[in-house]
Formats: sequence, structure tokens, C-alpha cells
Amino acid sequence: MKNEWPLWEIFIRGQHGMSHRHVGSLHAPDAEMAIKNARDVYTRRNEGVSIWAVEANHIAASSPSDKGPLYEPSESKVYRHPTFFDIPDEVGAM
Amino acid sequence: MYAQMVKSEATTDDPEKLAAFQARIDAGEKIEPKDWMPVGYRKTLIRQIGQHAHSEIVGQLPEGNWITRAPTLERKAILLAKVQDEAGHGLYLYCAAETLGVSRDELTEMLLDGRMKYSSIFNYPTLNWADMGAVGWLVDGAAILNQVPLQRTSFGPYSRAMIRVCKEESFHARQGFDAIRKMAEGTPAQKKMAQDAVNRLWFPALMMFGPSDADSVHSTQSMAWKIKMNTNDELRQKFVDQTVPQIEFLGLDLPDPGIKWNEERGSYDYSDPDWAEFFDVIKGNGPCNVDRLAARNKAWKDGQWVRDGLLAHARKKAARKVAAE
Repeated sequence: MKNEWPLWEIFIRGQHGMSHRHVGSLHAPDAEMAIKNARDVYTRRNEGVSIWAVEANHIAASSPSDKGPLYEPSESKVYRHPTFFDIPDEVGAM
Repeated sequence: MYAQMVKSEATTDDPEKLAAFQARIDAGEKIEPKDWMPVGYRKTLIRQIGQHAHSEIVGQLPEGNWITRAPTLERKAILLAKVQDEAGHGLYLYCAAETLGVSRDELTEMLLDGRMKYSSIFNYPTLNWADMGAVGWLVDGAAILNQVPLQRTSFGPYSRAMIRVCKEESFHARQGFDAIRKMAEGTPAQKKMAQDAVNRLWFPALMMFGPSDADSVHSTQSMAWKIKMNTNDELRQKFVDQTVPQIEFLGLDLPDPGIKWNEERGSYDYSDPDWAEFFDVIKGNGPCNVDRLAARNKAWKDGQWVRDGLLAHARKKAARKVAAE
């Protein structure tokens, strides 16, 4: 059996009210140690108020080669953006 | 720099894919781990990021040496925080290298058996407290000049690691300058120690940028790939130009009579370090090469039971949880 500690992806909530953001990864034997290590590696200067640790092999990711089929369809749908519509000045803020 | 003389690997990939890859880099796009990349790009980056990471880790040794002997509790807390940062920098960088398909243990083993290098600067000793000031101010100051442009490097994980590192690095240079300034403005004996530290560390700091451009054979491909952003001599000149006014402020001298303002170039002239010494240190013959590698090997060996124990505990807990379900 391989004796290297598994890799964990670390997500930190920077401030109350913000979402957790991916900040990097680290190795740890289990979730508890991953959070302890994350606290030492990623929050030494008040960078966070909450930590999530996810074992890297549990993350499902889209493939770079799917970029076209996944994201191109939305490029032609400009009407999904509010700026598509002309609202007369007289109408006021909308 | 922290990665000196990293050899660019030749690439034997499909020319069409190579051209498309280069076009992405030229357009300023970031390359991410799962994207296609030339074999040589991957190999060169593993070597460069690995060497950079090893430098952060080995770089803890000359400073860790002085934590217990810091002159005040405040200086001790500052130095401790600085050395802890270096461990963090090493970890960010190892993780970036790992996204390229090399494992942490493989990287560590390559450092321990000498297949991978770390920066030549850490093979010089830190003889007294003044060296803590000189190292923070000159060595970290030099490192910053290299690392700031690397924030724009083409490989996403390396770039993001550099952004984190740079945020913390200016604390390192400033605490060093503050420590040496205290001594330069202190008693004559303290000032003499500060001068002595500068005398010993100036040329090794200049060597950090690597051999002169004329002898730097690996630069062209790495610069095209944006994994090296400036030439060695460009960065070295910038370092000299930024340091001379600081040394004047401190009332100390640089151990180089060749330092002179060059009106025409708008830069300071300076003397080259002894390149024969540099190559000798790289080969393993510096004053501390043997000590540094022995310390890292001992730490790795002594820590084995902790790594194994924690993993065994984690596996036992996981097995019990499965059994309970």
C-alpha cells in the first residue's frame, strides 16, 4: 500500500458572508489533520473564518477538451444579459 | 535564483500542437494542469518549481539556527514567523509541482539523494545574529525580485503560488532590514558585525541570480514559455541598483570597490562574483552543502514514524467507521 498521505483541496471563507474559495492543497492523513494543517499553512495572517477540506480524489472536474460543447452555447445568448435591452432614460433606474 | 541553472528540456512533440500551445502562452493565457503541454514544458517546470520548493525548505536551516538565540523575545517571535512562512512557501510550491504528475515523496527523495538542487545561497553559514538581518534584507530582497515577475508565469498553479509567496515575502525583507539597521545604528561593535555580515553575504547574494547571461544556456526556451521572465543579468542589475542606496542609508559599505554610478546606463556598475566559487558550490563543495543535506535527511528519517503512525491511525479510524456502518 502506498504510504504517502492523501492530497486535500482547501477552501477558505475569507470573511463572514463570503463563499469559501479554493486556496490550494496540502497532504494530511485524515480530515482532522487536513484542517489543522490548513490553519497553519493558509490562515497565518487572518485570511479566514472557516475552512473546508476535501480529499482531492473526491473532486469531479470537467475536462479542458469539453470547453467548446460546455461553454460556447452561452456565447450566442446575449439576451440573457440585462445590458441587451434598451431602456429609455425617461423610465428611470431599472 | 531560488531555481538556478534549470535546464530546459528538449521537446519532441507534434509541431502543430506546439505552435498552438505557444500561441496560448503568447496570448497571455494560463496553462492549467489538465491542459495539453509539451513534455519539455512539464519536465522543466517540475525541475524549476521543485528546486524553488527545496530552496524554501532548506532555507529554513540557516535561520532556524538562530531562533533560540535571538537577542529579544520580539526578534525571536519575528524570526519564528519568518521561518514558518518559508515552510509554507515550500508547501505551496510542492503542491504546484505535484499538479504536473510528480509526487511529494518523489520530490523529497530527489532532494535528499542530491538529484535535485536548491539555491546555492543556503550553502553558506550564518555565523552570528547580524547574518539574520543580512539574510532577510539581501537574500529575501533578491528572491523578491525574481518572484514578483514569476507571478505572471504561464503555469497557473505556479503563478498562484507565487502570488501567495510575494504577499508574505516583503515582511521578510523588511524585518531583515530592520534587524540590520538596528545594528548599523548601534554600538561600534554592533556596526562592525553588521558590516562583516554584508561583506560575507553580498557576493553569494549576487550569485543567487545564476550565471551571467553569456553563460546562461537554458534561458531562451524557458523565456519563450514564460517560465523564466527576466534574464539573470537584468535581475542582478536591478538588485544592485535597489541595494546601493539602502546600504548608503545604513552607513555601511558594499565589499566591492567596483560599485560606481554609470551615468550613461543609468545604473550602477558592479564587479562579478567569483563564478568558479559559484560552480563549485553548485557541485556540492560549498561550506555547508554536506550539513544541509544531512540535516534534511535526518529530519526525513526521524519523522518517518510520525508519518506512518498518523496514517495507520487514519486507516484504523476509517476501517472502524466502515465496520460500524
